[in-house]
Amino acid sequence: MANLKQLSKIPERLSGGHRLCAGCGASIAVRQVLLGVGDSPVVVGCATGCLEVATTIYPYTAWRVPFIHNAFENVAATISGVETAYRFFHKKGKIKQKIYFLAFGGDGGSYDIGIQSLSGALERGHRMVYVCYDNEAYMNTGIQRSGATPQGASTTTTPAGKVKSGKMERRKDLTAICVAHRIPYVAQATISHWNDLVTKAQKAFAQDGPAFLNILSPCPRGWRFPSDKTVEIAKLAVETGFWPLYEVEEGKVKITYKPARKKPIIEWLKSQGRYKHLFRPENEHIISALQEDVDKQWERLEKGFLV
Amino acid sequence: MSPLSERIVKALTGDEAAAEAMRQINPDVVAAYPITPQTEIVMNYAQFVANGVVDTEMVAVESEHSAMSACVGASAAGARAMTATSANGLALMWEVVYIAASNRLPIVMTVVNRALSAPINIHCDHSDSMGARDSGWIQIYCENVQEVYELLIMAVKIAEHPDILLPVMVCEDGFITSHALEGVKIFRDEEVKNFVGEYKPQFSLLDVEHPVTYGPLDLQDYYFEHKRQQVEAMENAKKVIPRIFIEFEKVFGSKYGFVEGYKIDDAEIAIVALSSTCGTTKVVVDKLREKGKRVGLLKLRFFRPFPKEEIVESLANVKAVAVLDRSESFSTQGGPVFTEVKSALYEVDRRPLITNYIYGLGGRDIDTSQIEKVYDDLGKIVEQNKVETAVNYLGVRE
Repeated sequence: MANLKQLSKIPERLSGGHRLCAGCGASIAVRQVLLGVGDSPVVVGCATGCLEVATTIYPYTAWRVPFIHNAFENVAATISGVETAYRFFHKKGKIKQKIYFLAFGGDGGSYDIGIQSLSGALERGHRMVYVCYDNEAYMNTGIQRSGATPQGASTTTTPAGKVKSGKMERRKDLTAICVAHRIPYVAQATISHWNDLVTKAQKAFAQDGPAFLNILSPCPRGWRFPSDKTVEIAKLAVETGFWPLYEVEEGKVKITYKPARKKPIIEWLKSQGRYKHLFRPENEHIISALQEDVDKQWERLEKGFLV
Repeated sequence: MSPLSERIVKALTGDEAAAEAMRQINPDVVAAYPITPQTEIVMNYAQFVANGVVDTEMVAVESEHSAMSACVGASAAGARAMTATSANGLALMWEVVYIAASNRLPIVMTVVNRALSAPINIHCDHSDSMGARDSGWIQIYCENVQEVYELLIMAVKIAEHPDILLPVMVCEDGFITSHALEGVKIFRDEEVKNFVGEYKPQFSLLDVEHPVTYGPLDLQDYYFEHKRQQVEAMENAKKVIPRIFIEFEKVFGSKYGFVEGYKIDDAEIAIVALSSTCGTTKVVVDKLREKGKRVGLLKLRFFRPFPKEEIVESLANVKAVAVLDRSESFSTQGGPVFTEVKSALYEVDRRPLITNYIYGLGGRDIDTSQIEKVYDDLGKIVEQNKVETAVNYLGVRE
């Protein structure tokens, strides 16, 4: 468990003044993850995306730690190169202190275009924490669907129209895919449950191998909600069971937060403009399907299964 | 300096020689992925790692894209990083090939030249590396196994020179050189170690006390200046590399230049070529010289930086030139070597007549009779004082 008083003493490694949108969930996720490594040395890698473009506009940088951006799909491979260099210098006695390695990718950079690079790095066992800040679409290019976009959500490449009801397909489960790599630590978290997130980040950094954190990071622009509601929206994702908080250690699934009474999915859907069209009578069946999905997933999780 | 006669001679293929050079360079990180005909480099190197004869941390990645990405990460972290690839592998890593150069990371990569798909073909042509000629890498083309071995060692020194800091591709012809066995004079491990020295990066990601940001977003206000600086680095390379040639010769005894002229000084007609074809051409030059014909060869060892001055100097007094291209540019105006050599000669007062031969695509053999034909054609061009066909195809069924 993280202690707020102690956390407040940890220096901020992502400075203010960056150009992420007001209410962006990603920067909150980044700051909470960085709290998990305390004031230890850390090298950060970032895939192309909102986080990267908004924090490193030359000649400025918001990063007070060493930072590398390479391309969209290769942050995992890039950080695996950095970590390998570290292992070399450490082996030769040229670097003595422990340095931590942290990679950030959005859902586009992790679920889709970067999944091969991520999978390869996890399989090779590099000591790094990979964080997917999942805002459920390609937000940097203007809200296009990704493999993480939930069924029913309207995006600019799956717009709701007269004959289509937003994205027709279900999202893929990247967290489960990472678990299948049998790495030491995998968890799902979100920014509203900061203590849960920071604790998971601490655990992730403590591993002697790869760890993966999938962090739901609400996007006011893409999800269509007021920018002062980010944390509430994240909380709603947890309370409705849309985004369960759990961790997987040694293949064992543990739910880390159980809502006292799960709220109906409709409350989650109502909170965001991207689902507006689902409330038309002809789309009722989609809402039922989504509710069924959430219930089934929760049932499986309670039994200790992911899929 | 030990005389060449004291060198150990090992029977090595081009790929084995590349691996042997890498063993002596002993890079900090190697990240690579197998592809024919480069695979033997990776295999041999993995065995060195497995036997503990090198200190290298090797990353057997899941693709060439990740190979170059990991090299970028390792190099930005201050490590001496190396890799190797061919054809489609180079094409897959394309995006990151540019990023490596733009970040001024001195990565050294052996490119075992192989035809690009489609149709899929595993044999030699230069379409892979020629496509990467504008990526900001220094490009070296090797004639034989000895050159692969020596130039790979030299490449490290070139790449890491503080006034250059550019990645280097050392190209060898797939199968023709990569799988051909030659007696290779091997330098002593200590000599190579001392020659390449230790890589001292200016900005390392692992220098946590002095954090730097690599790869920021660079917009209308700075991107152009950064590209201009890259050009300056290439201009510097042109100036600095000759000093490295001299240093190399002092230590190892082998003399190098951006180009190598073969009986070019008094030549009336000349061929310009790259890589293993130069060896074949030299045989033809000797044969025709015996017959009293004033023929010569200009081998381009470097294609980036482009050795314009050396080309002009070598060809200024030649009457007709044939440029051999082992890749097609589909511009319909000839191959990349041709167009650039032709452009280099534009300002020469008495510029020679010039013609182009595309040859050897997909590993199609080129033999001495074909090269003789090229010299015959050049003879006719001189006689008629004109070029009938600017772009010719050698050894193709039409």
